[in-house]
Amino acid sequence: MKITLKLYATLTDLLPPGAERNQAVVEVPDDATLQSVIETYKVPPELAHLVLINGHFFCVADRAETRLKENDVVAIWPPVAGG
Amino acid sequence: MSWSKKLLRVNLTDGTIKEEPTNMEWANEYLGQRGLATRYMVEEMDPKVDALSPENMLIFATGPLTGTNASTGGRYSVITKSPLTGAVACSNSGGFIGAELKFAGWDMIIFEGKAASPVYLSVYNDKAELLPADDLWGKSVWEADELLHKKHADPYLRIAAIGRSAEKGCLYAGIINDLHRAAGRSGVGTVMASKNLKAVVVRGTKGVTGVRDEAAFQNAVAAGKQVLAENAVTGQGLPTYGTQVLMNVINEVGALPTRNMREVQFEGAHNVSGEAMHEPRKTDGKPNLTTNGGCFACTIACGRISTIDPQHFSVKDKPEYQKNSGGLEYEAAWALGPDTGVDDIDALTYVNFLCNEDGMDPISFGSTVAAAMELFEEGVITTEHTGGVELKFGSAEALCWAAEVTAKGEGFGLDLGLGSKRLCEKYGRPELSMTVKGQEFPAYDPRGIQGIGLAYATSNRGACHLRGYTISSEILGIPEKTDPLESAGKAGLVKAFQDATAAVDSAGLCIFTTFAWTLDDIAPQVAAACDGEWTPERMLEVGERIWNMEREFNMRAGITAEQDNLPKRLLKDAAKVGPAAGKVNELDKMLPEYYQLRGWNENGEVTAETRARLKLPA
Repeated sequence: MKITLKLYATLTDLLPPGAERNQAVVEVPDDATLQSVIETYKVPPELAHLVLINGHFFCVADRAETRLKENDVVAIWPPVAGG
Repeated sequence: MSWSKKLLRVNLTDGTIKEEPTNMEWANEYLGQRGLATRYMVEEMDPKVDALSPENMLIFATGPLTGTNASTGGRYSVITKSPLTGAVACSNSGGFIGAELKFAGWDMIIFEGKAASPVYLSVYNDKAELLPADDLWGKSVWEADELLHKKHADPYLRIAAIGRSAEKGCLYAGIINDLHRAAGRSGVGTVMASKNLKAVVVRGTKGVTGVRDEAAFQNAVAAGKQVLAENAVTGQGLPTYGTQVLMNVINEVGALPTRNMREVQFEGAHNVSGEAMHEPRKTDGKPNLTTNGGCFACTIACGRISTIDPQHFSVKDKPEYQKNSGGLEYEAAWALGPDTGVDDIDALTYVNFLCNEDGMDPISFGSTVAAAMELFEEGVITTEHTGGVELKFGSAEALCWAAEVTAKGEGFGLDLGLGSKRLCEKYGRPELSMTVKGQEFPAYDPRGIQGIGLAYATSNRGACHLRGYTISSEILGIPEKTDPLESAGKAGLVKAFQDATAAVDSAGLCIFTTFAWTLDDIAPQVAAACDGEWTPERMLEVGERIWNMEREFNMRAGITAEQDNLPKRLLKDAAKVGPAAGKVNELDKMLPEYYQLRGWNENGEVTAETRARLKLPA
């Protein structure tokens, strides 16, 4: 199935070739979880800080159990802040 | 104590300058800067005075760590009564002039009265004098800065000045120091202009004396710097991407106020984001961001130094704007971008330069333009008012024009200088003003982030993110993640952030340290520098005391609990898309609990018990 993967800030370089505007549509297995996507794209665990599916946050403990659906948008940031 | 223990009192009406001892009893209770200066104002000024009258006080204040080598120890604040809100104003700035004031031997400068003609204050260590500024009046901050540096023939002179917007009565004019750092919010520059005070120039060579325990202080400072360096946010994220890294974050969580807060996500967010500032331009191959920059003693260095595409319409024939200057920070980028619907990063950078050049708060300016654009769309403001300009959402040309006329106080720019509240009232549509207590919102939509709505509603200086930055917890997970869509528990969160922030401000440190530091990291630095026992608990108590003192100032100025509120748009019109779809801000659920936690009665008044507990001034 296809999902949209967005990697930001210092994770930008981990996006697959052809990504634009910090995002790419990628093919993942039908049983993909949030955690499997994090691992597939080699996001270091300590940098998978702010992890969202369709804008909703998922904590570390829930990521392995969270199955993705077709057209989900997964967005990941390292620890960031501003204001 | 790392205080100079003396302050300057400048009476602009009669031209006298007096030295007097800093009230160290108050310093023990209010620490410094924001807290201590407000304590002076509460003692000496009727809160009901007209903010633009000679009776208003204007105080430049440092904290006990200002000027030391504690990381970010360069902050100062300008404290006065705001002409925008009628509430207490306290605008905090970095750069270098705060430390320089301490090096000259002064904890604070208190300005009173009004000069008969334009003047500026020159401070060279112990020598302070008022000098004529007739030749500076009518000049931008940048022009005045250049003229003053030439006149004093001293490249190390530190300068804070007002621009033309303040002189023309723009109600959200700030004071710019070191060319592009700003005591930006609430119209502190407008107050300075009302006193005919164009600039403050400072040169100090004394360093900071009186650190209580130098060895312990250096150990505490080194430990604090190590925490900042090893933290992913303060060690990597902020130096690399600045605060602008938030643009995509806040859009993704569905809380990016768009087109005068009608919407909560902006289709052009990426184009004006921190990531976009790193992308090479098509024309010259250079990115918007040249490098980062830091204020005095800062080991984070979140500041942006940027250029505009020389081919961009805004600067094509203006080489003076094609050079490096202070670039976009998140709040400014949001107000100038998503809130006006403009996704042209060069236009935003140009307008940001103008805001620095002529001392306008970009948050209030952008939000006011957004309100004007909605009024234009509604047909209330027309091209007859704007002199032919199509003031439409998304128009980069209109945004740049608006900044130019507001900076100089020309034509419709005078209307824009009124701020969103007065502009919308003038044109008969007050409900379109996105403000609290008359001050424009920052860059987080309270429908998608519940706690920040309460923080806005109860902020002592009107809508403001820096009085209680619950975004840190609700979105960024610092120190721990809370659900942004949940209002339960947010009253306590808001109070905790508000009290801690008041303490950090009053120490003379930057609030950005708190992405890595807690009061456990800050208290040892204060304790080593200052007399007495300074524990995290005492700092929190000082913060709470300051918050309540500011609240009482506002109540005595005539502000009521009814103004602890949000615009109806945020309470009635649900978000249409994103994670917050269907949500409004649940202020009604949070506010009563907040009053209770604060020890206030149902009218939002500080109770006698709370006054006694916190030893508030009579």
